[in-house]
Amino acid sequence: MINNVVLAAEVAASQAAQMSWLVIAIPLASAGLLLLVGRAADKWGHLLGVTASAASFVVGAWAFVDLLSRPVAERVQDVTLFKWIPGGTFDLNMGIRVDQLSLTFVMLVTFVGTLIHIYSIAYMEHDRDRRRFFAYLNLFVAAMLLLVLADSYVVLFVGWEGVGLASYLLIGFWNHRLEYAVAAKKAFVANRVGDVGMIVAMMIMFSQFHALSFAGVFEAAEHASGATLTLIGLALLLAACGKSAQFPLQSWLGDAMAGPTPVSALIHAATMVTAGVYLVVRSGPIFEHTPAARLAVVTIGAITLLYGAIVGCAKDDMKKALAASTMSQIGYMMLAAGLGPVGGIFAIMHLVTHGFFKAGMFLGAGSVMHAMKDQVDMRRFGALNKAMKVTWLTFMMGWLAILGIPPFAGFFSKDKIIEQAFVAPEGQVWQGWVFGLVAMFGAGITAFYMSRLFFMVFQGKARWTDEQHPHESPGLMTVPMIILSLGSVFLGLILTVVKFDEYLAPALVEGHHGEPVMNAYVIMGATLALVVIGAWIAWSKFGSAKAVVPTLPPAADGLVRAAREDLYQDAINDALLVKPGQALVRGATKTDDDVVDGAVRGLAWVFQGMGSLVSRIQNGYARSYAATMLAGVILLAAIVLAGRM
Amino acid sequence: MSAVFLPALTALTGLATHPRGLVDPVVPVVPAGAPEIDIDWSALGPVVMVLGAAVASTLIEAAASRQKDKDQRLAVQPAYLRVIQAAVALVSVAAAALMALQLAVKVHGEDGSAVLTANGAVIVDPLTIYIQLAVAVCALLGLFVIADRTVQGDDAFAPQASAVPGSDYENKARRRGMTQTDVYPLVLFATGGMMLFPAAGDLITMFVALEVLSLPLYLLAGMARHRRLLSQEASLKYFLLGAFGSAFFLFGGAWVYGATGSLKLLEIGAAVSGATPLDPILLVGLVLILVGLFFKVGAVPFHSWTPDVYQGSPTPITGFMAACTKIAAFGVLLRVLYAVVPGLTWDLEPVLWTVSVLTMVVGTVIGLVQKDVKRMLAYSAIAHAGFILTGVTSMSADGLSGSLFYLFTYGVATIGGFGVIALVREVDSDGHLRGEATGLDQWRGLGKRSPVLAGTFAIFLLSFAGIPLTSGFVAKFAVFGAAFASGASPLAVVGLACSAAAAFFYARVIVAMFFEEAPDATGQLAESGGIGIGVRTLGLTQIAIGVSLAFTLVLGIVPGWFLSFTEGLSRLLS
Repeated sequence: MINNVVLAAEVAASQAAQMSWLVIAIPLASAGLLLLVGRAADKWGHLLGVTASAASFVVGAWAFVDLLSRPVAERVQDVTLFKWIPGGTFDLNMGIRVDQLSLTFVMLVTFVGTLIHIYSIAYMEHDRDRRRFFAYLNLFVAAMLLLVLADSYVVLFVGWEGVGLASYLLIGFWNHRLEYAVAAKKAFVANRVGDVGMIVAMMIMFSQFHALSFAGVFEAAEHASGATLTLIGLALLLAACGKSAQFPLQSWLGDAMAGPTPVSALIHAATMVTAGVYLVVRSGPIFEHTPAARLAVVTIGAITLLYGAIVGCAKDDMKKALAASTMSQIGYMMLAAGLGPVGGIFAIMHLVTHGFFKAGMFLGAGSVMHAMKDQVDMRRFGALNKAMKVTWLTFMMGWLAILGIPPFAGFFSKDKIIEQAFVAPEGQVWQGWVFGLVAMFGAGITAFYMSRLFFMVFQGKARWTDEQHPHESPGLMTVPMIILSLGSVFLGLILTVVKFDEYLAPALVEGHHGEPVMNAYVIMGATLALVVIGAWIAWSKFGSAKAVVPTLPPAADGLVRAAREDLYQDAINDALLVKPGQALVRGATKTDDDVVDGAVRGLAWVFQGMGSLVSRIQNGYARSYAATMLAGVILLAAIVLAGRM
Repeated sequence: MSAVFLPALTALTGLATHPRGLVDPVVPVVPAGAPEIDIDWSALGPVVMVLGAAVASTLIEAAASRQKDKDQRLAVQPAYLRVIQAAVALVSVAAAALMALQLAVKVHGEDGSAVLTANGAVIVDPLTIYIQLAVAVCALLGLFVIADRTVQGDDAFAPQASAVPGSDYENKARRRGMTQTDVYPLVLFATGGMMLFPAAGDLITMFVALEVLSLPLYLLAGMARHRRLLSQEASLKYFLLGAFGSAFFLFGGAWVYGATGSLKLLEIGAAVSGATPLDPILLVGLVLILVGLFFKVGAVPFHSWTPDVYQGSPTPITGFMAACTKIAAFGVLLRVLYAVVPGLTWDLEPVLWTVSVLTMVVGTVIGLVQKDVKRMLAYSAIAHAGFILTGVTSMSADGLSGSLFYLFTYGVATIGGFGVIALVREVDSDGHLRGEATGLDQWRGLGKRSPVLAGTFAIFLLSFAGIPLTSGFVAKFAVFGAAFASGASPLAVVGLACSAAAAFFYARVIVAMFFEEAPDATGQLAESGGIGIGVRTLGLTQIAIGVSLAFTLVLGIVPGWFLSFTEGLSRLLS
């Protein structure tokens, strides 16, 4: 049975919901202002940026409180802002959907976003383009909020492209360095591949359902054929893979760390990269009826979570290790999102807790870089726990949260995902075992590489270079880290206590809880055991007093070498896509030169020959011109009279 | 068509149909002994404004005191004269444009808003008003180019057009700073004729208007400051052939009068629609009238004068007549075809098709081999006349609307294009500015020397070629679309093929400007006189070019409002 409210929201929107377009408009206006005013705004640009983000949070919070005050059946509200594309029989409206799911994102994006804005004031203090940086951050916030608030796939797509643009601009923020500019381009291209999926999905919806709004599409999906829904689902999955750095479009995320660290925290950890998960969860009514597409989503999630975990074990670059971890954690969310509505709830819950603890760890990494003169090689860190107490403690909270140690935030969200992974669809028991074990094993690897990272950075012996004198970061940076670390500690518990799952469920299609193939407590215990083992191995190799961490990566076996090279993702892309693509382009160019242009040149040659011949009539003598005219008169008279005969 | 004209006619004359024959008792329109003629001055406003200003301008010219030089009998005009004359011309044409605009806005919402005045000699209907508006706007832009001169004080006109080229007298006149202010009254008379031309309600008025617009142009063509011989040759050829063309027109009018017993267009139209089978005399007469008009628009095979005259005339005049004459003459062509010929479509269609195809093909293929930019644009003008003819020939509301749109956008872009040519001058090896650099070779590398000018010209060329986002594309789309819709698809196919081929010679200029190196001024170009470069002027030409550019881009990117305007007018007519 399907919850009708989700399919077609027809309740009257409250005043707060009607005003919630402001959460998008405020940061957008601020971004426009900062870009238009230019250098004149350098002095106060960052303050405006922070204010815009904070104001957006306030409006969002108002809408959120208002939503909570409404009866559950009236919480999904569609607000039409204006007629966007009038098209005769098909009108497209610019509208927003205010419901439990979108407001969860609004709160996450504006709250974490505002903290990161504040952090950036200090982090970007010495950059002469700080104003532009804040303009882009505001642009990102506006686009991300448009993405999650959209009430149709087209409006969502505008936000989708907007965050892609902001991400591109921010990855390449220091584009005077070639490899950063290249990283930005790589992210842009990989995202375009995903966008094709989004466009194809919309084309199918339009041709089959004649609708693009959530309400229209979800209603039509009720009666659509399985094949259509599977195609749409797979196309949406492709889109999600591009935006969320899921296999096989994962290659851009590691390079995206070229952007300033606050960007990595906000865009490439907490919010934008989770847009793919949002898309899949939001499209629940489509995936509901297509087990094939759901299986594809789960499979992609499982592959990516292992992929990211393996890569994360071998990375010595602190930010790239965190990026691999992000990829892996989003793999978890994707896996959960593919499991159905119940999994979708835990995907969103993990997304929220992950947004806090991963953003906190990225900000910690930024703080470390700030202290260590932009060093990112973990082999040159160690023993920072004494020099940077606040950073150390806040990072520790994030580390414990991602490990899933109770009662830290990750325990509540990730453990639920692992438990759900063990739930098998009817008659497909093998799925429960395969995905459950992958998720559980992934948790063990996660514990290893995150502990490795934590110990290499903060514990052990100091392996600093001579000119490095680590110091704690200023208050503007540490306060956001402390707030996020509070989230890392308590958020999971809070969300469980306030029954986040019951709050979110009415916004999704109704699902039913299945029983896992293994006892839930056994799963929890086994997972914790694996986590402890992983962390202990890391401690003995990198953290204990006896452990020696070489400052240069030691020789290693094939798997480690492959993991250091991101499992050869770039080489594979190069061989499978780039090289054949270039060959195709060369072939097309040659065909264009020889065949198409050849035909054009031939035609031109013929015409020019005719021109030379005819232009002999144009000899300059008035008498012959007059003769031409007379001949013309006779010709025309003959034609008209011939018609009469 | 008949919805407007025939009831109006019936009401005016009581003449429903007209039996065939030469000696029919014509119903007198005005009772004998009642010579009182009612004139609606407000409807005639634009024409009266321009012609009145022309007379005033002539009087100013005559009254201005001139400093006589005893020996050489040079009469040097005072410096303020050109300012006054230019101001009179600009203000009066601008006022005429505003009056036409006001009339256009007024009729836009009305139905059947044709006004017959001056005893039926003048028809003021949406077509008239639109053509008058387009002519006035283009003439205004053209006047900006005409009034401009370089910072050295060099304008486009000979100090004394009657002087023997290269003579001592001419050199002295130039040194004394004589300038030709007669240009302004001449242009005003021509403009007035062009605005009266489409308003003519009978063949006599039409012929008078034709001559009023033509005679000043014959003179103006011979006034170029540089290349005097070429200019005088152009003037003479234009005059001779123009007289030949006018003769055909007049002859055709006589035949039509013989066949129908009337000179009034509406009565001729009524006679035509009532007379079947058609009189060969009437048919031939109409063909001869059309020939006179084909000559004016430069349609093949009555086009031979175009390249020589366009090349030889002073460039500002070339732009003025290329734009305004074409608009006015096409306006009359539309008037004749839509008011007189509807009943004759079947008979005249082969004629129109033949001329249309010939015009497109000949204009395009000869244009391909031109080495002179001005001459190239002349052939381009011929080809464009053919494109517009495809819209005219389709004889539908869409075709009419598309043709009107095309006329205005092409006219404006033409003024801009020739304006750019007027600004590109030769620089010889000593750095002296000389005449206009019109050789394609001289334009090589202009993109580096004068990037803004070259870029602007490139946009005009793209518009002529019909590339999207320029008005030229929308215009071509409109006329070819109408041709397809009305079953004239062969014409549209020929038009598309010719457009594709013509794009080649426009692109060639762009390539020369931006992708080729400047030629060696002393070696390769020793004969033609040096490389071309954008010259600094008072800035009037730049204003005209800027406005043309704005129209070209705006009507290319958001053409909807203007298209709906022309469609509205077309609905009123049909």
